[in-house]
Amino acid sequence: MALTVRRFDAIVVGAGGSGMRAALELSRGSLKTAVLTKVFPTRSHTVAAQGGVAAPLGNSTEDNWHWHMYDTVKGADYLGDQDAIEYMCRRAVEVVVELEHMGMPFDRLENGKIYQRPFGGHTQDYGSAKMAMRSCAAADRTGHAMLHTLYQQNVRSNTQFLVEWMALDLIRDPQDGAIVGVVALEMETGEISILQAKAVVLATGGAGRIYWASTNAFINTGDGIGMAARAGLPLQDMEFWQFHPTGVAGAGVLITEGVRGEGGYLLNKNGERFMERYAPNAKDLASRDVVSRAMTTEIKEGRGCGPHGDYLELKLSHLKPEDIIKRLPGIREIAIKFANVDPIRDNIPVVPTVHYQMGGIPTNYMGQVVAPEGNSKEAIVPGLYAVGECACVSVHGANRLGTNSLLDLLVFGKAAGEQVIKDIRGQPTPHRNLPKNADENSLTRIDRLNAANGGERVVDVLNDLRRTMQAHCGVFRFPDDLQKGVEKMKEIAERSKRIFIADKSKVYNTARVEALELENLVETALSTMVCAEARKESRGAQARADFPERDDKNWMKHTLWYKEGNRLEYKPVHQRPLTVPTMEPKVRSY
Amino acid sequence: MKLTIYRYDPDKDAKPYYQDYDVPVDSHDRMLLDALVKAKALDDSLAFRRSCREGVCGSDAMNVNGKNRLACITKLAELPDHVTLRPLPGLPVIRDLIVDMTQFFKQYHSIKPYVINNDPPPERERLQSPEDRDHLNGLYECILCACCSTSCPSFWWNPDKFVGPAGLLQAYRFLADTRDQATNERLDDLNDPYRLFRCHTIMACADVCPKNLNPTKAINHIKDLLVKRTV
Repeated sequence: MALTVRRFDAIVVGAGGSGMRAALELSRGSLKTAVLTKVFPTRSHTVAAQGGVAAPLGNSTEDNWHWHMYDTVKGADYLGDQDAIEYMCRRAVEVVVELEHMGMPFDRLENGKIYQRPFGGHTQDYGSAKMAMRSCAAADRTGHAMLHTLYQQNVRSNTQFLVEWMALDLIRDPQDGAIVGVVALEMETGEISILQAKAVVLATGGAGRIYWASTNAFINTGDGIGMAARAGLPLQDMEFWQFHPTGVAGAGVLITEGVRGEGGYLLNKNGERFMERYAPNAKDLASRDVVSRAMTTEIKEGRGCGPHGDYLELKLSHLKPEDIIKRLPGIREIAIKFANVDPIRDNIPVVPTVHYQMGGIPTNYMGQVVAPEGNSKEAIVPGLYAVGECACVSVHGANRLGTNSLLDLLVFGKAAGEQVIKDIRGQPTPHRNLPKNADENSLTRIDRLNAANGGERVVDVLNDLRRTMQAHCGVFRFPDDLQKGVEKMKEIAERSKRIFIADKSKVYNTARVEALELENLVETALSTMVCAEARKESRGAQARADFPERDDKNWMKHTLWYKEGNRLEYKPVHQRPLTVPTMEPKVRSY
Repeated sequence: MKLTIYRYDPDKDAKPYYQDYDVPVDSHDRMLLDALVKAKALDDSLAFRRSCREGVCGSDAMNVNGKNRLACITKLAELPDHVTLRPLPGLPVIRDLIVDMTQFFKQYHSIKPYVINNDPPPERERLQSPEDRDHLNGLYECILCACCSTSCPSFWWNPDKFVGPAGLLQAYRFLADTRDQATNERLDDLNDPYRLFRCHTIMACADVCPKNLNPTKAINHIKDLLVKRTV
């Protein structure tokens, strides 16, 4: 039976910060746009971001985009593309000020300007010991405030949302590989449709659910990552996963770095402020990879807290109670609910917890997806764009700085929207013809799930996948673990082909959604393990026991993973910025 | 623990029914959502919404032993051993614990939930004193979970005409924002026997809000603004 086909100028897949920022640009540009989203827009995971969005406004300390750029290049352990980083830092003030004009409820300074707090790795004067107050904050609910503000602006601009729709696959024109639409599932009715468009913007967020302990929401299943991989596109730098230093022990819920920005610090079981040993200058405000490694070392060497010595403590009880209530109210709520402690009096038990994927779908800084083709390592894939956590621009390289993710959403959401408008206005013809069998891949999967009455349970395969990632690809990585991890992940990928669901209902079938999500998690996890095993060095979030040093001679390059053949390729890092001199790699210390 | 859960799948059920689940919870399960996820592992047809699992996205609002709550921040330790779960009251049920929230969002959209300021935007941020910014506290934190509106008898009776506590809380969030210039327009819109004045100060909204916000108080502020405008 032929599927319903709906036509749009542009489709945005995902309604988090980057998707909604892109959609806003498209709606304001009068393009017929649909935003497809698994959850109501304000339920997207941007809502959970806490500490702030980076912009060198200089409201409290002197600042400029050059310093911000330097910190980002260094934070990325020199794997970030310096043209994209310059672009992001130069547009930071513009997009944050714009957000304020949209109604974002930023906290304020006495003079009425936006309140800014220090954050890890953000310094003054090219990495000096003085921290920059660069994180623009709405208490510790910055992501929530931003997501709601962007949704509100989209309501104002009459953006069309397809709420509780899940995108399943990209549709590619076999002639030139251009993307001409997506196949999607409407969850309420179970109906599958083809959404045809001149531009598809993937904004599906991260896939932190591949780990057992994660700060990520249930919905963060890497749907765009899976779609790209199945469409034959490469995934870039998937080995780099950020462990956030402060997830609530046992619960995984995020405690913002803003706690340390406001003066909180970490303690081991001896009550020692151990970060002073690992990062004498920045201490608790060193980069996240540095702090997470220090914490893991403390635990491994027997200085962890609690009866099992398996966590550390985050102290903020020395701060004024009124400051905690004003600046960190959400954290206090989380600590009381999830850790049974009131941080006004007691320390919060924390452990490094998976938080953010630096890798993703390769793009340039206009949001256009790029892939090797012919002589070019970065040929543009016509019609496809990716923004936010699912994209790898790459501005975060091997390690992202706190508050740069919300900035990334704004800058590249807007940039991709601008680029789509430019590209579509240049296209004379209305829509390309859909290729034959445009829906085949999706329907095959759906039909198999409908028909299967036995096999592997989704929840079992999922749990094994998450446990394998946790055990084999953690803060420190060991060669044996990685090699075994690759084999295990291949087995899990095979098992995922035999999954079944008991629920065959058409109406709001969440079992079906979870089964489809599992396939996306499998692509994400397998690519992560393979890329991590292959990279024989330590850089940013990849810390290998057998190769403890960064190796710029052999490994200053981006990894590209292809699903077909589980194959790897590499491409150079853009070390040349747009206008300023290259920031040369140096030994990275804080 | 025992969960008794409202079940309804229009694809196969003639009418709704209740199903019991014996869920083997252990010390790792802290919240009601953990128990629900375990129940779903036993029976994959059980349908409910969930996402952030930390009380900020507003997906998993449901009626827990008669009270609207978020499953992800409802502690198991504070619940009895037998818990009955129903969908949020007053909205059409799509399936099991999943309700159709169209009407709820329609009311939210009706209050023009965005700052209206027709001055040309300055080069930098609009200034706002910390005291003025403080007026937004207790308002902007709303997560649109609908616990309040679906526990409000006035909203049950007139969901199409009464904005409801969640929408009115947001209406006041924009009235209270010094950057917004549409005060008169907003008050004109709300000055209506149904849109605002169906609130009879029952205060169920403030009682159930999982974020400890107080829509009744916001509604009273709107009423005050209307009175002040006439004198």
